[in-house]
Amino acid sequence: MNVVVLNEVRKGFYLDSVALMRLSREVAGSPGVIEAALMMGTPSNAAIMRNAGLLEEGTAVKGNDLVIAVKAESEAAAREALDSAIKSLDKPKTQGEAQAAWRPHSIAAAVKAKPEINLALISVPGEFAAAEARKALNRGLHVLMFSDNVSLEDELSLKQQARAAGLLMMGPDCGTAVIGGAPLAFANKLTRGRIGIIGASGTGTQEVSCLISEAGAGISHAIGVGGRDLKKDIGGITTLMAIDAFDADPETDHVVLISKPPHPDVAKSVLERIGRSRKSYTVCFIGASEVEVPPNARFSPTLKGAAELALGHKQIGADFDANAVASRLLRNGRGGIEGLFAGGTLCAEAQVILAAAGRKVASNAAIPGALKLGVEPSGGRDRLIDLGDDEYTRGRPHPMIDPSVRDDALRAALRTAISR
Amino acid sequence: MTEQDRPQYQQLLARKVEVVNVGLEGFVKDLRDCDIGVVHVDWKPSAGGDPQMAALLAKLGV
Repeated sequence: MNVVVLNEVRKGFYLDSVALMRLSREVAGSPGVIEAALMMGTPSNAAIMRNAGLLEEGTAVKGNDLVIAVKAESEAAAREALDSAIKSLDKPKTQGEAQAAWRPHSIAAAVKAKPEINLALISVPGEFAAAEARKALNRGLHVLMFSDNVSLEDELSLKQQARAAGLLMMGPDCGTAVIGGAPLAFANKLTRGRIGIIGASGTGTQEVSCLISEAGAGISHAIGVGGRDLKKDIGGITTLMAIDAFDADPETDHVVLISKPPHPDVAKSVLERIGRSRKSYTVCFIGASEVEVPPNARFSPTLKGAAELALGHKQIGADFDANAVASRLLRNGRGGIEGLFAGGTLCAEAQVILAAAGRKVASNAAIPGALKLGVEPSGGRDRLIDLGDDEYTRGRPHPMIDPSVRDDALRAALRTAISR
Repeated sequence: MTEQDRPQYQQLLARKVEVVNVGLEGFVKDLRDCDIGVVHVDWKPSAGGDPQMAALLAKLGV
């Protein structure tokens, strides 16, 4: 087969990752196309396309260029797919879009026109996210940074700048928050109530807030802090500020803190601060063994357990028996449970539950006691994969946005299960 | 301490949130549906798409 690669580079043309994903899928589905990508030409995206053999020899791209790359079975198929992509890009905007609200070209222009703006929601590619967050902080805005692939150095310096200015820096990699009923990033429809959430995990925050809401209670606010806030390098800067904010909030009676097990020094300072809080707390360090918490707090190693504690020991749902499920599903008891997750926290919680049932577990996002996938053979173990991990999201949207990465893994897992 | 004396982050939960959205346009609809004021920025990578230069310019306040 004569494989042909064609590229089209649009200088200074930006589309967000969801729009690019839709177009990529359209092009990839064209007859004779083997692989296609529409990406902004950032250095990391260019490397991904080069490694996949999608860039023609000598194609030079910059971060503000839109690159259309098609690999096809013939020149004609490649040309047709490329032309159709270009046609979609050049399609005139519909009347609705043309009449849409005013769109400034920068944060500065937005704030100048609307001084009442007090929060920036940032979801640009990671390489540019810290620069946009800095512009927002410089203009006195709180920030929720949804973007990931931001360096630890940038995170620390942004959080220090925010703290010095009395501003809240939520993220990077903050998947969700709800402030005063405002749904920020991936938010769910929730009942308003008197339970607050501080989450170093977007999926954890979503799960606990939904369980509480569905059980008939409600959420006052959910503050996201970013997945690395309780690591030693960051020291829990945003978490400690969020505790202050809830202390000052008359609408909140009880707070749930959700995180993977923090660095011991950070855990100590956060638990000490909780001990001085006027509110009661549920502390959920997912997968941690028993944690000593202050008298105004209770501990749970799972999200469901945390929601039950926050609801005053109300049981949610029926108990899950992992071994009964495994013996029902696995033919002749061979193989293990395959778990595919679009989020590290749910993947970690599943590991806790399976390990507690005495099962052997391996994962790419292994909790303490589980086997790290790829390091040692994992035969016979339950395999739980977090498809939202950085290795799966470089150069492509998170599986919460584009579930096709999970679809592919699910197909492969089912094929393996059938062949056993 | 009066409400006015508190640092801004301690007042955030009591204030109406007004948002500037930079990036995924899909987030705008959820906010509008909840009657939250939001302005969407027609964003393009700054500094000609050079991330290091963009970071430097932001640090310089440009």
